[in-house]
Amino acid sequence: MKQAPERLTSLLDECKTLAFDLNFTYAKQWKAKSKFRILVGYLPIYVPREIIHAANGMAVGIMGVGDRKQIIKGDAYYQSYICHLPRGVIEMALDDNLNDFDGFLFPSICDCVRNLSGMFKLVKKGKFTRYFDYPQNFEKHIGGTFYLELLETVIADMFKINDHKIITAHLNNSIALYNRNRELIEAIYDIRDEFPWRLSAVDVYHIIRAGMVINVEKHNEMLAEIVDLISEDFGEPMDNIRVVISGSFCEQPPIGLIKSIEMAGCYIVDDDFMLGSRWIQGSVDETSHDPLNAIVDAFLTKSGPSSAIYDVGNPKSARLVKQVRKRNADGVIFCAASFCDPALLDRPDLQKGCDDAGIAHINFQFHENTGQFKVIKEQAGTFSDSIKLWV
Amino acid sequence: MSNPKEAIKEKSMVIQKDMLANLFTELSNAKANGKKVVYTFVPGNLTELILAMDMLPVYPEINALQSGMRKKSGSYIKDAEKMGFSEDVCTYVKCDIGMMLNGNIGPTGEKLPDPDLLLLSYTGCFTFLKWFENLERLYPGVEIAMLHTPYQEDGVITDDQIRYMVKQLQEDVIPKMEKVTGKKLDYNRLEKMLGNAAKAEELWVQVLETAKHKPSPIDSYFAGVYYMGPLNTAFRGTEEAVQYYEELLKEVTDRMDQNLCPVTPEGDMKEEKFRLVVEGPPNWTNFREFWKIFYDMGAVIVASTYTKVGGLYDQGFRHESGKPLESLAKYCMGCYTNLNLPQRVDLIEHYIKEYKADGFLINSIKSCNSFSAGQLLMMREIEQRCSVPVGFIESDLVDPRYFSYANIKNRLESYFQMLGQRKVILAQEEEVAA
Repeated sequence: MKQAPERLTSLLDECKTLAFDLNFTYAKQWKAKSKFRILVGYLPIYVPREIIHAANGMAVGIMGVGDRKQIIKGDAYYQSYICHLPRGVIEMALDDNLNDFDGFLFPSICDCVRNLSGMFKLVKKGKFTRYFDYPQNFEKHIGGTFYLELLETVIADMFKINDHKIITAHLNNSIALYNRNRELIEAIYDIRDEFPWRLSAVDVYHIIRAGMVINVEKHNEMLAEIVDLISEDFGEPMDNIRVVISGSFCEQPPIGLIKSIEMAGCYIVDDDFMLGSRWIQGSVDETSHDPLNAIVDAFLTKSGPSSAIYDVGNPKSARLVKQVRKRNADGVIFCAASFCDPALLDRPDLQKGCDDAGIAHINFQFHENTGQFKVIKEQAGTFSDSIKLWV
Repeated sequence: MSNPKEAIKEKSMVIQKDMLANLFTELSNAKANGKKVVYTFVPGNLTELILAMDMLPVYPEINALQSGMRKKSGSYIKDAEKMGFSEDVCTYVKCDIGMMLNGNIGPTGEKLPDPDLLLLSYTGCFTFLKWFENLERLYPGVEIAMLHTPYQEDGVITDDQIRYMVKQLQEDVIPKMEKVTGKKLDYNRLEKMLGNAAKAEELWVQVLETAKHKPSPIDSYFAGVYYMGPLNTAFRGTEEAVQYYEELLKEVTDRMDQNLCPVTPEGDMKEEKFRLVVEGPPNWTNFREFWKIFYDMGAVIVASTYTKVGGLYDQGFRHESGKPLESLAKYCMGCYTNLNLPQRVDLIEHYIKEYKADGFLINSIKSCNSFSAGQLLMMREIEQRCSVPVGFIESDLVDPRYFSYANIKNRLESYFQMLGQRKVILAQEEEVAA
């Protein structure tokens, strides 16, 4: 069996280190190189990072602390029946982890994240905090106008800090960089679709998550190199089933959980872990004379399925089935964080969609700091065996 | 556990009961009478618009809370869980869906009519959006209108936000209502209703403000949820609602003039010992037992945030007939759960000072993140700003599994002891100072 290239191993190690650096060392060092640079943290799931890049900033994904930081203060801020993500984020805010960040964006994924934006205001963290209220109307002149005004507000927030005016050429350049970023990420998923043994799901997770805490230029270089390296043949296929993971778009599952699923005999051929990085399906127009409107258009017409968006007329269940078919998956694992209203309220309909389409599925819930995976591994293993034997 | 007797009712309560009974009769006859039915939510509701279009509103969260009070929610929730809904999610949603699975029988024992329009007024609660996605699947083919209410994330309502909402009303919501009913919106009628709404709102504020008097003639939380009913549901904008609030104001003013304490289900409260401000919705499954713990201890809620989920009229908002759609937009954005956390803390601080409260209590609801997320920080802020004792209890809206009577009573008794002790200390300090 041909071994994985050494260079790939070292790149994966680098991604692993970056992905879980809760001090955001790389981003802070990047900022320190110029007084005109800014850092804007954002919570799951999606913000148009292009505008932050064009404003001489770096968008930094704050995806929670996972099982990497002990929660002491955070638990005093949240009741037991609220998900784990915000208690880790507030812990970071109260410690020094988020120092040097200039602003924070809180996408409208749920009421916990919404209210966390207010908590950041109360504890006076950052020079600005914005609840990023996605329009739920998708008419260009209604929801599009509202979204454009929201983007302009964030741009004004950033301008107040570094006096950096966004010009068309800069924004088009940023759009092009993120187009490339999404293209490379999709290329990795497509290669794994065919050869899932060349990278583990954990490797992919580290690769994508690393991109949320470094500048897009560097991430693109890494991604391009990884795509080249995994285009070569190495490794051995295993007798695994192919699954799509659904429901882990906000609070992130612990790495041990992802590993357990694969070790139990399931190749994860698609997922919604880092949904924000793959939100726009396809490219944003990078040659427009009005690039801000190009970003708006992309949001209105190219957003992927998400629990954050009212899906009337374009049900998520049909889109999940389409994703399963595209990836030739054998089943779906619904894997949502405990107390995650958006994922858990979507689950019955998504399950029904799978049932109607004859797609096998199982579900379980997790916390980002879940430490016991035996039951999950057994459940996933049984799922894998049942599909291999009976489907 | 207590076993409350038949509740004692005042005239305004009887009027409201009749209003509701008539509404449910009208709803049960809606299809026969050719009336169109709208399912919508209480926060940011567009009642005047619905009524001006001759439609009848149904509020799923009111169905849920009534199911809770009628002890039916437990089984409804379990039925929804069997369908795949997690134990972790909003129990209003599960109760409503369970009620539908069981024939959608309303509080009068008659079946509620299916909707002709699903109007998602998405105000102050993300779960509303998920709730309506589920309703949409349970009522396939029904016309759907979505009104996205932007959150007051920066503590203000901007012109951009108003324009966004007005455009949605003009180009989506109203045309869909017109399509469903087959008639054009009569703006004169809408404006008249908005005028009536403002009159009722003015009277409601006067009712609320009687709680500044010592002793307070009303309980602004436990009784407040009844008082706010006509304004928050199907009657805002009607003459009936104005008449109801005129009667209610007369009653509470009379009580205030006689220095009477609030009416409880067991008659007049004898003595006001503690004045509290409460944050969070009440528990509905054990509502009377919950209330009894308070009135038995002489605790009166002089102001509450929950009674502002349907509008912050006491902070000056009134519906306006001059610019009807702008007025509706501002109303939606001004509801309590659409305020950001700093605004919510400021409001509570204002209530504690304005209503001369002895303490601040949070009833944290397991399945309502819109209220609950951030409450512990709010509590700390209030403690620092107002120097009043704060209390924290936990329950749920309509899931009886999450109402622990003994635990709540125990915590409240400790809290009231603390308030009592503090009163003694403050009195001693005043004496020394004098």
